[in-house]
Amino acid sequence: MSTDRLVDYDEVTTRYEPVIGLETHVELGTASKMFCGCSTTFGAEPNTQTCPVCLGLPGSLPVANAAAVEATIQIGLALGSEIAPWCRFARKNYFYPDIPKGFQTSQYDEPLCVGGHLDVDVEGQTYRVEIERVHLEEDTGKNLHVGGSTGRIHGADHSLVDYNRAGIPLVEIVTRPVPGAGAKAPEVARAYVTELREIVQTLGVSDVRMEQGSLRCDVNISLNPVGAPEWGTRTETKNVNSLRSVERAVRFEMRRQAARLDEGDRIVQETRHFHEDTGTTSSGRSKEEATDYRYFPEPDLVPIAADADWIEQLRAGLPELPAARRTRLQQEWGISATEMTWLANAGALGLVEETVAAGANPADARKWWLGDLARRATEAGTDLAELAITPAQVAELARLITEGTINDKLARQVLDGVLAGEGDPAKVVEAHGLAVLGESDELVAAVDAAIAGAPDVVAKVQSGKVQALGALVGAVMKTTRGKADAATVRRMLEERVLSS
Amino acid sequence: MTATSRAVRTDLTTLDVATLQQSLAAGEVSAVEVTRAHLDRIAADDGRLGSYLHVDPEAALASAAEVDRVRSAGGELGPLAGVPIALKDVVVTEGVPTTSGSKILDGWRPPYDATVAARLKAAGTVLLGKTNMDEFAMGSSTENSAYRATRNPWDLDRIPGGSSGGSSAAVAGHLAPWAIGTDTGGSIRQPAALTGLVGHKPTYGGVSRYGLIAFSSSLDQAGPMARTVLDAALLHEAIGGHDPRDSTSIDAPVPGLVAAARDGARGDLSGLKVGVVTELGGEGHREGYGAGVLERVAEAVALLTELGAAVRPVSCPSFDLALAAYYLIAPSEASSNLARFDGVRFGLRVGDDGSHDLDEVMALTREQGFGAEVKRRIILGTYALSSGYYEAYYGQAQKVRTLITREFSAAYADVDVLVSPTSPTVAWPIGARVDDPIAMYAADLCTLPASLAGVPAISVPCGLSEGLPVGLQVMAPALADDRCYRVAAALEAAQDAARGHRLLDELSTAAGAA
Repeated sequence: MSTDRLVDYDEVTTRYEPVIGLETHVELGTASKMFCGCSTTFGAEPNTQTCPVCLGLPGSLPVANAAAVEATIQIGLALGSEIAPWCRFARKNYFYPDIPKGFQTSQYDEPLCVGGHLDVDVEGQTYRVEIERVHLEEDTGKNLHVGGSTGRIHGADHSLVDYNRAGIPLVEIVTRPVPGAGAKAPEVARAYVTELREIVQTLGVSDVRMEQGSLRCDVNISLNPVGAPEWGTRTETKNVNSLRSVERAVRFEMRRQAARLDEGDRIVQETRHFHEDTGTTSSGRSKEEATDYRYFPEPDLVPIAADADWIEQLRAGLPELPAARRTRLQQEWGISATEMTWLANAGALGLVEETVAAGANPADARKWWLGDLARRATEAGTDLAELAITPAQVAELARLITEGTINDKLARQVLDGVLAGEGDPAKVVEAHGLAVLGESDELVAAVDAAIAGAPDVVAKVQSGKVQALGALVGAVMKTTRGKADAATVRRMLEERVLSS
Repeated sequence: MTATSRAVRTDLTTLDVATLQQSLAAGEVSAVEVTRAHLDRIAADDGRLGSYLHVDPEAALASAAEVDRVRSAGGELGPLAGVPIALKDVVVTEGVPTTSGSKILDGWRPPYDATVAARLKAAGTVLLGKTNMDEFAMGSSTENSAYRATRNPWDLDRIPGGSSGGSSAAVAGHLAPWAIGTDTGGSIRQPAALTGLVGHKPTYGGVSRYGLIAFSSSLDQAGPMARTVLDAALLHEAIGGHDPRDSTSIDAPVPGLVAAARDGARGDLSGLKVGVVTELGGEGHREGYGAGVLERVAEAVALLTELGAAVRPVSCPSFDLALAAYYLIAPSEASSNLARFDGVRFGLRVGDDGSHDLDEVMALTREQGFGAEVKRRIILGTYALSSGYYEAYYGQAQKVRTLITREFSAAYADVDVLVSPTSPTVAWPIGARVDDPIAMYAADLCTLPASLAGVPAISVPCGLSEGLPVGLQVMAPALADDRCYRVAAALEAAQDAARGHRLLDELSTAAGAA
């Protein structure tokens, strides 16, 4: 891979304005494939979820999956798209072993959903991303290149194809070009995909797991000199399969393109591949010599004519969408827009909501998820949701603190236990004897020992310097190794020192 | 034809299916006897005729024996139990080699049955074998088969029509009592006409396409090829009707076709309005038509009048554009349908020895696996769909298709059926048109309009010209297949009565030369 010259990111937008565009593919979570009855379960043995239809055997014919059409309409409605009263599938013709029929059944000039928009917030500013279209198609199989070091086709001994994924319904959401994001373009791109993912998740039509490929992104980027009347030539970066990568891909392409433009080179309109390990992109096939897909209406399928009543039914049945939900929760929890953005960006919104639903107060729930747990997730390199703790357990932890069973310091030890799989917080408290000491004999003895051990301090307190009591509290906390509740200790000391 | 083979024919291979079905049901003959009679005929005659690509006598006899066993045990049997049948090799059959006449599928044994094959199996038919065809159904003479030429039983030096020429030769030659053909631009009707059979192309969507190896998806239909109109109706009823596996299949009951055939055979067509299409062999449109063909057709039309029909000429000007439109639409769809033959998952693979990359293996496989006509149409279709040409070719052809459909609708506002010759000429000598694709394409002139409009059309024999069969085409509105059968049956009955025998009975005399 050649090393590209790069411009410092902060410099890029002093000379250029970026225009971004995103094509997002969402694998729907329907029980069966787009055009046949095969299962869509992820991770099955290769080629066990196939039939004559999704293998493209001679003579086989597709039948459209109504559930997939419905899910696509729901996505369109959530994005404010117009639902086409009549549309067709089209064949996209090209040769590759992972497309069994020699064409992908997709949609071309007659998509199911047209237009719409998605507003995303980045650092207090709202950016409107216009939606071009939402259409329905089928996924391809997966090639596996065996032998060689790269896992790519070059240098491989042979290649295998797994058709389990072939024919899984795929929704493609295409944005219009988004100008005006300036230096925030990478964040806007990421925020868009984050918001889109949340919408799809809320609709319950896909598990949108980027690491399993059920949500995949292609990122288009072009730069034009500041104030130029026309946009520049764009590149399309494929294989961008995490939220962080979306941001990094845009950032890298902006730096690379700026360097080329600075040198007076032109940008080649091409497909580029994103490399997760290095955060760089490299040239794929050039679009200028790209295949002519020879699209034409799919004659094996009848047109989709979504009934207006059905569409209205689906519209009425849409769940509360993420933006509306955030507004509602922000009010209910009494927090600022910025705090809400943090919560959302951290992927903590649902977790906090469930924690509150399990009995915690919103402030506590936020504190734990955005504080200790967020830190631990970062350390472990995973998402919050992947941590081995449930919202109910976090709520229990908060309750134990409120009730005085544990304090914040002990709570962190309890968290360790829960995350280590030792069970619910109460169980961890019991197993490790982490509970705050009540007015137990142990505590009484510690208090009495502290009084007996510091007659000078006692005298000071009794002479009116009440703040000197802190030294006695500290001594008790030390002997009890933090398990005592400071307020309880203070009260016990006051009772003994001041009343005598 | 030898004396021996004529003797065999007098028993079981000459019977029409309606009669055979009764004899089988009554236990007068066994399924094994009937099957063996046909297998004997195949063994004796198919070396010369070349109608089959695959015959499995043991499997056929085994399934016939099973029918006999169930019958003698008093078990439940399908309505066609024990009736032998031949399937055009474009019909996918589980475990039975299916090639579509192409080397690229040599040795492929499909893991599933086409709906047509499954329905015939369920009805109790006995599969004799798979019949020869033009490669991927592209042709009008069966000379484009990658495997062998098929000869016309009426004259072994002539073609049997195409692309269902194996089926037409087998049924006309009494090597099967009936057969399934498929029709994209005339591939059932034209071979039926050229061999003296009845062949019907159903309304598009009337018979499931699931498991028919696709040539042109928006045009392909499977249908019956038989010796009588009644047999054709019986077979059509057995395969027709909605199939949830084919999205383009019509979810409506099949009209009573057997009833229509029986009704027609009574010979009363009074009240029927018949339109004779001017553009198909009429005044000013006779170039390329055989004089004898036009005479036989005119006589058939006169006979319809005698039977009570009101006949008038009908002009459908855009039918003149059908050939051009068809040869853009069908190749376009074919270029896409045939893309799956890439050597990756099934069939032929060439060059996979480590010395060629992926694209080269695909190219070599297709280069060696496809014949010249298939390549010609893939190239035509690829070009017509290319960006920049799409509107001028594919788009324009679709507009013509709409015009043709409208002209049919307009015509059917005034008449009940339209008639024309099925083929402009009788069967031509083998090899006469192989170097002239345009002349070959012109063979479909009369059958293409109904294909493009998706309306049903039947070809029924209407006599001989130069000792060779001529067919009359009867076209009806979509879903009115019953009208085709009714009119064809009336004509068949009247002609048989006038002649004193069936037209096919003259075959033994004609073929005596061979």
